[in-house]
Amino acid sequence: MGKIIDDLPQWEPHTPIQGGFITTKFNELLGWARKFSLFHYPFVTACCGMEYMSAACAHFDIDRFGAGWTRFSPRQSDMLLVVGTVTQKMAPVLRTVYNQMTNPKWVVAFGACAVSGGIYDNYAVVQGIDRIIPVDVYIPGCPPRPETVLDALVKLQEKIQKHEQEWRWKSK
Amino acid sequence: MAMEKQIVLKDLQEKFGSEISKTDLQFGDDILHIKKEALIPIVNFLRQAPYEFTMLLDLTCVDYLGEEDRFEMVYHLFSLKNNLRLRIKTRLKESDLKIDSITSVWKNANWLEREVYDMFGVEFEGHPYLKRIFMYDGFEGFPLRKDYPLRKRQPRLPLK
Amino acid sequence: MSFRIQKEARQESMLLNMGPSHPAMHGTIRIMLELDGERILNAELEVGYLHRGFEKTCENRTYFNLLPYTDRLNYVSPLINNLGYVMTLEKMLGLQVPEHAQYIRVIMSELSRISDHLTCLAAMAMECGAFTVFLYKIKAREFIWDFIERTTGARMTTSYVRIGGVRANLHEGWREDLIKAIQETRTVLKDVHALLDKNKIFLNRTRDIAVVSPEMAINYGWTGPCLRSTGVYYDVRKAHPYLVYDQLEFEVPLGERGDNYDRYMVRMLEMEQSLRLIEQAMDKLPDRSPAQELNLEGIEPAEAIKISRRKKPGQKIKLSPNLEGMEKENYPLILANDPRYIMPPKEDVYTTIEGLIRHFKYFMKGHGIRPPKGEVYFSVEGGNGELGYYIVSDGTDKPYRLHLRAPCFHIVSALEEMILGHYIADVIPTFGSLNMIGGELDR
Repeated sequence: MGKIIDDLPQWEPHTPIQGGFITTKFNELLGWARKFSLFHYPFVTACCGMEYMSAACAHFDIDRFGAGWTRFSPRQSDMLLVVGTVTQKMAPVLRTVYNQMTNPKWVVAFGACAVSGGIYDNYAVVQGIDRIIPVDVYIPGCPPRPETVLDALVKLQEKIQKHEQEWRWKSK
Repeated sequence: MAMEKQIVLKDLQEKFGSEISKTDLQFGDDILHIKKEALIPIVNFLRQAPYEFTMLLDLTCVDYLGEEDRFEMVYHLFSLKNNLRLRIKTRLKESDLKIDSITSVWKNANWLEREVYDMFGVEFEGHPYLKRIFMYDGFEGFPLRKDYPLRKRQPRLPLK
Repeated sequence: MSFRIQKEARQESMLLNMGPSHPAMHGTIRIMLELDGERILNAELEVGYLHRGFEKTCENRTYFNLLPYTDRLNYVSPLINNLGYVMTLEKMLGLQVPEHAQYIRVIMSELSRISDHLTCLAAMAMECGAFTVFLYKIKAREFIWDFIERTTGARMTTSYVRIGGVRANLHEGWREDLIKAIQETRTVLKDVHALLDKNKIFLNRTRDIAVVSPEMAINYGWTGPCLRSTGVYYDVRKAHPYLVYDQLEFEVPLGERGDNYDRYMVRMLEMEQSLRLIEQAMDKLPDRSPAQELNLEGIEPAEAIKISRRKKPGQKIKLSPNLEGMEKENYPLILANDPRYIMPPKEDVYTTIEGLIRHFKYFMKGHGIRPPKGEVYFSVEGGNGELGYYIVSDGTDKPYRLHLRAPCFHIVSALEEMILGHYIADVIPTFGSLNMIGGELDR
């Protein structure tokens, strides 16, 4: 075995909304605010990066969905967009970037290689990033069309609306 | 004055006749099979005028599993002035997997030889920094050899 | 982990890591710098974060099956990678490609080259702060990709160039689409020339930075636009002409100084030459394909199979819309005439037994394309330089060894020496002008 690095704390999946009327309404308000202002961190590695560039530019704009601002720092972003193949050499880097992001955070696996290893089933490629970090939305395609990316963004926004939000003074 | 390929081969045969085992012509490409000790002298000879093979296009290795001389190093040289290509091949045994490095002649051989070391395990004597280039540092084994399975997993992180 | 730079670093200097997750959209390279203030004293590169095992995978796939893997090498100009692989095989098999297919290949090749240069310069300009240039160039690229999609079916990873020719003839109405794409590209190029060529900020960031002399470039094995920017005249399309490039007229722009600005300028001028080539090739192609000329009503495939049990059906068979451009009438134009290495037309497969057997044997493991024993090397002019394939065949249907001569491997290996003595901020435009593509660098 090569050198193994393991430093991920236990992660908790997003849960559906529970609670009384006011908490639920406040939850929905937070969800509405968060879903329409997603700052994403594009973890671009391979060919899908070209389709990411197309989706972010003038023809198929993701700015219309509120996700236009690319924050080039994990600390400042809340959506991690893993674009392209993740190899065994790159895996600890992805884990470090995920750890550095602050809550709440969502992960989108973009492209067949990020979803399941794609057409590369060999010694060097991680067969899907959900073996390393938890994923919220999977976008299939090699590479996916920009319309697919926008559809996935809408689905992520619906998911954000529906699940339990975290806020600082919430009593656990 | 453009040089003809036949003249180059004839001159090489005259000067290094003993080290060249054979010359070949396959699908229009000229191939030169040499002994591994003669690599640096031949390469230096080809580099000067009038042959001027000034560019190293490629450097790679092929694994013939089962044969006694298992590994074969392949060098592609190119002459800009005369527009000629030449392929030089030499065989290595598995027990003696060392060959001279040509980093002193061409600088891109640095990374190319690191790649061959990473993928096949061939050691280059005189290389300034022979370290793995594609695989991560703790990787065990040499992936492109024929006895390394394609789907063997060696994760760097514990995977779920 | 012990890196050379850690051992060589001096006590007073600072080690900075520009890590693998690069925001500059180039993918995955790690640059480690030893700095004195902002000046770079020493540099080391770590690559291999996108090594996907292309060469090992190819040893386990048949010659036909590994075509999609070649698309994903230099992913900004995928049709050129396809072309390189297919032409290497054709050299080994001795196939003669029809002229119509060669012109289509030239058009697709040049469109890919334009797309490559657009993406490279767009990323380089964006990192220097010119965000408008990025948006304009990606807009032009969309029109090119629209044309490619209507003919090949996919925007990027197309697998369009096949052994013996191309997959399908150009789509109906291709001339208007192509003229529109060319027009949009010309407008964008004119705008970008106006925005960047004499821009003081851009000039300060790129003029006289990372100067490369011709001797250094040749020693490092550089080819392509980066080599031409130093003044050396080497273009594979002129030196070893392939396809129909010897019958078309185009110029090869050369630089003078070999700095970042020359690399940018050579690429901009090359795009204009590529547009010229496309227009010349466009003139040589007829407007409509033979299948469109016939314009007869066809019968459904199921009906044709029923009729063929007793006799050959007289009428034309209606194929699925996915197979548009591959009709039997198009075959002499787009594919070579060699039954050993070419797929039979679908009309024959459905209705004759010989066609069915030929189709089976083409795809069966152990049969199909089996080149003679031996090895071959062939190269084409990729977006970055000389893209070469070295194939060793042992007579079976899988390649014994397939090696790619990646142009940007040699170009990027010179980066460590190029940025010594410059500032950190110079690393960004230098790296952008080299056009590093991770899929090709790491294979």
